[in-house]
Amino acid sequence: MQSQKITIENLHLSFGDTHVLKGIDLEIAPGEFFAFLGPSGSGKSTLLRAIAGFGPLPRGRILIGDEDVTSEPPWTRNVGMVFQSYALWPHMSVWKNVAFGLEERNTPREEIAPRVEQALETVGLAHLARRRPSQLSGGQQQRVALARTIVVEPRVLLLDEPLSNLDANLRIQMRRELLALQRKLGITTIFVTHDQEEANTTADRMAVLDAGVIQQSGPPMELYDNPVNLFVAGFLGSANRIEGKVITDKGRKMFVAQGGITIPVPDAEPEGAASAVFRPQNVHLMTPQAAAESSTVCFTGKVTHSEFLGSLIRYSLDLAGSEILVDEPHQAGQKVLPEGSEITACITSNQVRILRQ
Amino acid sequence: MAAQSRGQWGAAGTGLAVFILLMTFLVIPVGKVIYVAFVDVNTGRLTLLNFADFFNTSLFRESFVNSIYVAGMSVLFAALISMPLAYFTTRFNFAGAAVIQTLGVIPLIMPPFVGAVAMQLLFGANGSVNLLLDEHFGFTIPFMEGLNGVIMVESIHYFPFILINLSASLNNIDRAMEESAQNLGAHGLRLFRRIVFPLAMPGFAAGAALVFLKVFDDLGTPLLLNVNNMLAPQAYLRISSIGISDPMGYVISVILVAFSLLSLWTSYLATRGRDYASVQKGGGGLMKRDLKPWEKAGAWAVIILILLLVLSPHIGLLLLSFGTIWSFSVLPDGFTLAHYGEVFSTALPYITNTLLYAGLAALLDVLVATAIAYVVWRTELPGRKVLDYMGTAAVAVPGVVLGIGYLRTFHDFNLPIVGKPLASWWVIIVIALMIRRLPYALRAATAALQQVAVSLEEAAQNLGAGRFTTVRRIVVPLMAGGIAAGFVTAFATAAVELSATLMLVSAESDAPLAYGIYVYMQTAAGRGPGAALGVLAVIIVGVATYLSHRFVERTRAAHEVTARDG
Repeated sequence: MQSQKITIENLHLSFGDTHVLKGIDLEIAPGEFFAFLGPSGSGKSTLLRAIAGFGPLPRGRILIGDEDVTSEPPWTRNVGMVFQSYALWPHMSVWKNVAFGLEERNTPREEIAPRVEQALETVGLAHLARRRPSQLSGGQQQRVALARTIVVEPRVLLLDEPLSNLDANLRIQMRRELLALQRKLGITTIFVTHDQEEANTTADRMAVLDAGVIQQSGPPMELYDNPVNLFVAGFLGSANRIEGKVITDKGRKMFVAQGGITIPVPDAEPEGAASAVFRPQNVHLMTPQAAAESSTVCFTGKVTHSEFLGSLIRYSLDLAGSEILVDEPHQAGQKVLPEGSEITACITSNQVRILRQ
Repeated sequence: MAAQSRGQWGAAGTGLAVFILLMTFLVIPVGKVIYVAFVDVNTGRLTLLNFADFFNTSLFRESFVNSIYVAGMSVLFAALISMPLAYFTTRFNFAGAAVIQTLGVIPLIMPPFVGAVAMQLLFGANGSVNLLLDEHFGFTIPFMEGLNGVIMVESIHYFPFILINLSASLNNIDRAMEESAQNLGAHGLRLFRRIVFPLAMPGFAAGAALVFLKVFDDLGTPLLLNVNNMLAPQAYLRISSIGISDPMGYVISVILVAFSLLSLWTSYLATRGRDYASVQKGGGGLMKRDLKPWEKAGAWAVIILILLLVLSPHIGLLLLSFGTIWSFSVLPDGFTLAHYGEVFSTALPYITNTLLYAGLAALLDVLVATAIAYVVWRTELPGRKVLDYMGTAAVAVPGVVLGIGYLRTFHDFNLPIVGKPLASWWVIIVIALMIRRLPYALRAATAALQQVAVSLEEAAQNLGAGRFTTVRRIVVPLMAGGIAAGFVTAFATAAVELSATLMLVSAESDAPLAYGIYVYMQTAAGRGPGAALGVLAVIIVGVATYLSHRFVERTRAAHEVTARDG
């Protein structure tokens, strides 16, 4: 089956008076593994369900390939969806569950058996075909749900938080399997999650949603390094944020924080109120002498708190009233700085993003 | 340590007293009935001869087949009434849903036999509906002919059991179950047949099994409709006309109990798998959609038709109670208050007896039920579960069987002060009602107790309260709402119980309301007062049911407040 692209144009959707999706525009390339990432209530599941044809009729257009499916009912779209709860029918065996979609498509009887067999084979569960869903573990149920969906060779594959009901170790294993399967089938796939690690590790590209709007889309690393707004910066991992403003000082653009810290910024930055945002792992603790010799921006503060996170020690510093997080790699035998100690923290200015809102 | 063992002794004493009570008035009488069915009357040896006699008698074979036929058909018609109602309430955003949920329960507040005569007048060969049909279309429908009449009355009466269970099941289906089927290409009737109905099957089966059991055991309705070739009426007629030594009544009793157990077992098996229809994460009932205007009109038409049918016994009864003469006419010839006058001048003892019996029985029920619930859930007494099983098992004992058991067991047991056998003293009616309704009270008490956190009791004990004080000052007050609901349910259903009562009333002056209605309804002249008495019964039960509902709601609200504060 040919991979299909998915196009969403100016999509609006409301539940009664609640406006849930507010003008979504998105193009997903054929064969792409795409993630919708966002907090609960952001509209990511609603958007996925709209592509499958569930929920209220939206305004705008949804195209699969070149076909407008916006007003098609769910049962004619040939869009495969794996539900968060798996939704395996408990009154049917694994085999019956997987055969269901083929039967609904009036596939010839002699063709059904080998295809069900093959789909179960693909997810490694051929030996459990006679079981009832309730006799399977969570990971096995997940695989059956996947087999049930791919057996009908849908045009696109939609995964609604498929890993959220699995325990941590299984989740890592399953997401690798999912990615391998997607690569093998070459099927355009959308994966909804609120877990950025899941999105980072699987998706070719992702869209971060909040309040029914796509905040930013692109490859995971691009979004992490260059967030376009404070929401994306804060949602993708920990971020330090210092309030201040951009001014011009002796012909150079500078960011000046309320506490007096100044960071040089590119000349293209407009003047006015802004936030300086940077990641804790990009800040380095130094002795004042070393700091004086370095070309980075440095500031001095007091340690207010420290947390041992295994591979890291995360310090909270008080810098003229702003709280800054600093991640230091942990080495065996290394001393943790006591609370109240004065310390200098430095960051290379190209690691700092200036954001507004 | 000493206080602990004293507490255990008190609980042990209570448990033992309840055990003896249930042995005496439930296990032994029923055991006796079953035993007698297997004993040769002449030689006193164990035998299957009585069962052979039963199946060699054509009347009994016919009764057996009729009972199964009537119960089966009643389930079928009850299902036909329930399914559209359940479907409308769970699938559509529709104002009629609330009407259905409320009115659907109304049949339950009237015992089926009370409406039977009214149904005869509305749907019988010369009843209102057939007179109208004959006049306008030139044909009639034998709604009430023989077994049809029993099926009609019973299915209209008992369909809410299926409606309530089926609606609950449909509401519990995870929405994703349905959506995943749509996603794979299923919709409409195929979706309903392959996914939705199988998932709602446990609820449907549980309701259907209950309807089957109730209809199979019902004595009053066939007797009043003069249909005697069924099992329960045969048991009653054998015992009341031939006497308590005739083995056929016992054989029939064993068959009634066997089928009761079978129905309950089916219901148990069906609901045991129920967790599979329950809401999973992210689910929440079937998708509801809005109706188009013409669809809405059609839905209302179906619902109004069904509700008219469902309320017809009540309407008929009301007409009958106010009517002068009602025969060969669509409506009574005239209207009068005379029947109510007669009821209040001569039939008052029936009402006072009922209030006394049902009140005493319900009071005993909540006492025994609270004791059982406490002993089972809050003590470590060995064998405590037995009490729970015994209390619940009463559900499987048809009223006729319990009545026969009491007659047989206590007939020779002469009471010293009263000066007559226990089986013909009015208190035996109270005890029979108490045993019959114990399962309801027990369910209410158990639910109430399970909502009381153990830590609340431990806190009291930690502050020095003994076991008895804890029960009196902490447990019972916290259970009060649930206990009250249990009392009212037991009272309301005991007030209109007929099958056991019919066997045990030995003097007219001792008879309760249900018996009075039964006696009045036997004669054409007595129908008016009988109906008036029936209307009073409906009012008593209706008020009690409403109160019970209020208690439950209030307790739930109170618990929600506690939960929030906690």
